Amino acid sequence: MIQTFFNVEIIAASWPIVVAGLLNTVLLSLIVVPLGLFGGLILALLASVRHPAVRWPLMVWVDFFRAFPPLVLLILLFAGLPFAGLDLGGFACVAIAFFLNTGSYYGEIFRAGIESVPAGQVEAGRSTGLSRLQAMRYIVLPQAVRNVLPDLLSNTLEVVKLTSLGSVVAVPELLYQARQAQSLTYNPTPIVVAAVIYFLMLWPLVRLLSRLENRALAGRR
Amino acid sequence: MKPQPIVDARAVHKHFGALHVLKGVDLKVAERELVFVIGPSGSGKSTLLRCLNRLEEPSSGSIVVDGIDMLDPRTDINHARQRIGMVFQSFNLYPHMTALGNVTLALRKVAGKSRAEADRLGRAALERVGLADRADHTPGQLSGGQQQRVAIARSIALEPRVMLFDEPTSALDPELVGSVLEVMRSLRESGMTMVVVSHEMGFARNAADRVVFMDDGLIVEQGPPAAIFETPTQDRTRAFIGQIQRH
Ligand SMILES: Nc1ncnc2c1ncn2[C@@H]1O[C@H](COP(=O)(O)OP(=O)(O)OP(=O)(O)O)[C@@H](O)[C@H]1O
Ligand SMILES: [Mg+2]
Repeated sequence: MIQTFFNVEIIAASWPIVVAGLLNTVLLSLIVVPLGLFGGLILALLASVRHPAVRWPLMVWVDFFRAFPPLVLLILLFAGLPFAGLDLGGFACVAIAFFLNTGSYYGEIFRAGIESVPAGQVEAGRSTGLSRLQAMRYIVLPQAVRNVLPDLLSNTLEVVKLTSLGSVVAVPELLYQARQAQSLTYNPTPIVVAAVIYFLMLWPLVRLLSRLENRALAGRR
Repeated sequence: MKPQPIVDARAVHKHFGALHVLKGVDLKVAERELVFVIGPSGSGKSTLLRCLNRLEEPSSGSIVVDGIDMLDPRTDINHARQRIGMVFQSFNLYPHMTALGNVTLALRKVAGKSRAEADRLGRAALERVGLADRADHTPGQLSGGQQQRVAIARSIALEPRVMLFDEPTSALDPELVGSVLEVMRSLRESGMTMVVVSHEMGFARNAADRVVFMDDGLIVEQGPPAAIFETPTQDRTRAFIGQIQRH
């Protein structure tokens, strides 16, 4: 059993391959999370413009990309864009797909946060002469982010997990590399190692999330 | 020639959809005058105040504050609003900032003061409301009365030409009302022009120059406090005064 699933020799042999995958997963997350946060913030700011000409296209956009399965979106970009004369490679396709998909999720979270700030806050700011944008930046957003911090973190966890989708389009991230090592060694141990690494990487975030959620509950009482 | 009033609102109408909330209100407030606005719930008192600094867009009419046409699209409204302080029933302090942070935000971002200069002016404003020692407290660490005084400091730090108060003591426990009225009284003594919507009739009697009674979107009657409270000429005023004095 141990020989099959946790073979020390195989761990040693596949270690460089798996670590290369881990680095790519971290790199991918470091690109995709800020990109999603940025896209989400833009969407939420646009949503606070209550003009119908902005509101409706925005709603369609957000709904569309939240309903669209991210794996399908990714494969569509990867397989389809070359036909449109755009061969971006797996890495860029993952970045774009995540920007569209997770940006929409982050956008809805930011929007809920912005709406959770009482209107009186903006009115107080504007009565002292702050512009709409200044009131958003200095008064609303700091409170909005604080109010939805657990949701932002929870979504970020999902995003990091979803980077494993990159393996489908040959992005050499953790899961992809582990599978390479598995097929080279004819042994499932590298996959087990990858699973352990995923867990060790995400567990602190999960703990942090629990603490934030408990604090939010206590704050509401 | 009479000096120009600080607030000159004429024929102000406000509709919320089908609801006609202000039905042609004229209000002039002279420099250093304290005008007290009373009236039943829903009569349009808050809406009138909010039209004066254009938090609410009037449907028609004209509003000139300190010589600035507030409804002219060419008016820089953010600049104009620095001259019009507003204090809200629910304080509306920024909970993520300290008292000093609340007071200095507009000093820095609107009035363009450096941080050091804003801090100096902010501390001076907190001093005026008796809260110099609370500069580093967040709103959550302050009593309601203290929060409202910080809110007043936030306005006066910008050296406004007129201050609007919308029921500044209504959300306070009775024992905290006095401290806020005290600050308002000292503001008045320093010569601040003030428009106050409030139910504090005692304060109105000994601090107001003029009491304005509103009902159903119109100013029904106005005059010196004694005249309005003791010898109102309109039935609606009499009914309202009678009602509040029974409480
Ligand atoms: N943003 C709004 N949208 C629709 N109706 C509004 C809005 N603001 C106020 N109203 C309505 O306008 C009327 C006047 O409201 P306003 O708040 O000015 O009254 P008020 O005299 O300040 O009353 P109160 O003493 O209860 O504060 C009310 O019927 C109110 O429901
Ligand atoms: Mg009101």
